[in-house]
Amino acid sequence: MRDTIALLRRHPAAPWVGVAVVALALLALPFALAAVGTTWVRITNLAILFVLLSLGLNIVVGFAGLLDLGYIAFYAVGAYVYALLASPHFGIHWPFWAILPIGAGVAALFGVLIGAPTLKLRGDYLAIVTLGFGEIVRIFLNNLSRPVNITNGPQGIARIDPIRIDGVDFSKTDAFLGLDFSGPVKYYYFLLLVMLAVIFVCLRLQNSRIGRAWEAIREDEIAARAMGIDTTRLKLLAFAMGASFGGVAGGMFSAIQGFVSPESFVLVESIMVVSMVVLGGMGNVWGVVLGALLLSFVPEFLRFTVEPMERQLFGRTIVEPEVIRMLIFGFALVLVMALRPGGLWPSAVRKRELAARDAPAP
Amino acid sequence: MDIFIQQLINGLTLGAVYAVVALGYTMVYGIIQLINFAHGEVVMVGAMVAYSVIGVLAPAGLPPLVVVAIATGCAIPACMLIGYTMERVAYRPLRNAPRLAPLITAIGISIILQHLAMLIWSRNPLAFPQVVKVQSYAIGGATITSVQIAIIALSLAMMAGLAALVYRTRLGTAMRATAQNPQIAGLMGIDADRIVAFTFVIGAALAAVAGVMVASYYGIAHYTMGSQLGLKAFCAAVLGGIGNVPGAMLGGVILGLVEALGAGYIGDLTGNVFGSNYQDVFAFIVLIAVLVLRPSGLLGERVGDRA
Repeated sequence: MRDTIALLRRHPAAPWVGVAVVALALLALPFALAAVGTTWVRITNLAILFVLLSLGLNIVVGFAGLLDLGYIAFYAVGAYVYALLASPHFGIHWPFWAILPIGAGVAALFGVLIGAPTLKLRGDYLAIVTLGFGEIVRIFLNNLSRPVNITNGPQGIARIDPIRIDGVDFSKTDAFLGLDFSGPVKYYYFLLLVMLAVIFVCLRLQNSRIGRAWEAIREDEIAARAMGIDTTRLKLLAFAMGASFGGVAGGMFSAIQGFVSPESFVLVESIMVVSMVVLGGMGNVWGVVLGALLLSFVPEFLRFTVEPMERQLFGRTIVEPEVIRMLIFGFALVLVMALRPGGLWPSAVRKRELAARDAPAP
Repeated sequence: MDIFIQQLINGLTLGAVYAVVALGYTMVYGIIQLINFAHGEVVMVGAMVAYSVIGVLAPAGLPPLVVVAIATGCAIPACMLIGYTMERVAYRPLRNAPRLAPLITAIGISIILQHLAMLIWSRNPLAFPQVVKVQSYAIGGATITSVQIAIIALSLAMMAGLAALVYRTRLGTAMRATAQNPQIAGLMGIDADRIVAFTFVIGAALAAVAGVMVASYYGIAHYTMGSQLGLKAFCAAVLGGIGNVPGAMLGGVILGLVEALGAGYIGDLTGNVFGSNYQDVFAFIVLIAVLVLRPSGLLGERVGDRA
């Protein structure tokens, strides 16, 4: 039996069979989830949005080695750009495809604005400045409701248009091939496509000239500069590119939720995305995807298991799932840094580095 | 003019607190170039411990000042313990790790401390008991309360004490030597690990007092109170030149004044387009301005390693 499996594994078609199985599973997933409850489809959609965010942040933190603690600000910018250009708030209803590049562009612009003054400095300053920047964006979103009402303050913007492509409205249920495709299920497929595209871009980016330059900067900035790499420009590029990913994810978040408010873009969210990248493995695209999925789903599972369990044991909720979630994030960060600095699924380069550090000096 | 003096007083009070917290950042940074992101949470724990102690002692009929003194006396060792544990368990193993590693650990500790505090105390803001009766005095049309006087006086005393410790004692000399060059300091017989632990503990003790001060000033303690305060104190430390002890004091006071005066006058200056609800933005604008114009800060001199 074991020989047969080994033989099958070596078969030239084996990887393709694997891909086909994964693809089929991904295609069937929303129906399986919908059978359990539509909530789970929504949770999955949100998880995919976090995968997108983590991949965007991974460009900044993982590839270029710049710690950005205000990343959620770019998500917010993307979300608000979409909300303002496709809602009754200003009475503007532009199509999704027209707004998405604008959102990405505006987010990238913000990335350059915050990166330009700080990228010359050492990394830890950047971390704090970006954190402050994230707070500034949130404070402005909260207060820009007067004298001219731009963001509608803490109430947020509601009734945002859903995504409509070729007359297909993503918020309504359609029947196709005898199956009912509800709104969340359609969004799932859409998000899945975007996610695969982003993963592809990230993988290609990593091995490109730019990606290798980022890696060089991350490892030793002075040496990188000595090799002729324009470090400031490339760091700015990483910042702008990561920001634009955040902007795109924000636009989709806005369209899917139909409502945005400053509440969704607090510091905790930034830290959550950082945790996902760090836990999964900075710099490794697949690791980051894993980290984002883990930290999105595990707390949800806890919500459905721990809370009823506590109720049964103690008669009431003692430790809320939300708190457990945050404690998991906190311990994940501390423990990963202490025990497995490369993350759960370290990138090949990091693994090599870590091995080199443990080896005795020549 | 009344508003000006009033905001000056408020700014000085706030600035004194920032300065005390900023000292914790700057001392640690000066020695091991680490931004101890969780320092703000230590301030919060100090306030929370004091809250509990006052809650227990207040009905006992002791004189109010003694109650506050005992509460502070309990908060200080609690925070020192946290500071020490933090350094020993989380930061020391990462002393030679890549730069980002301890920063990420610090964020993790910060989240853990916040949520543990939330579990122990409450997720709602707690009314910090005002056991000492607050008195107000009039100066030139403005008022200054006894709490404000106490905060300013106590901060000055602590800063003077710290300056004496750093510049007059053997321990201070060892701290400064380790900050300049840990290897050489080691060759001179200084135990760098011990010095680093000391630095964390001293910073945490200052943070504990700052926590009690800020909670009695605003009359509120909340598990998230530390993060904003910590951030602003960090901005103050950078403004003064991070790693520089007098710089942190100066930066704290300046930042407090900028915030108070900014919040007081921004409405008039911008024709009410912006209001005092933008107060929290000033610290970050100051931070970014400093980093662009003078990255070494007002009193900082070490620029070489900022590549």
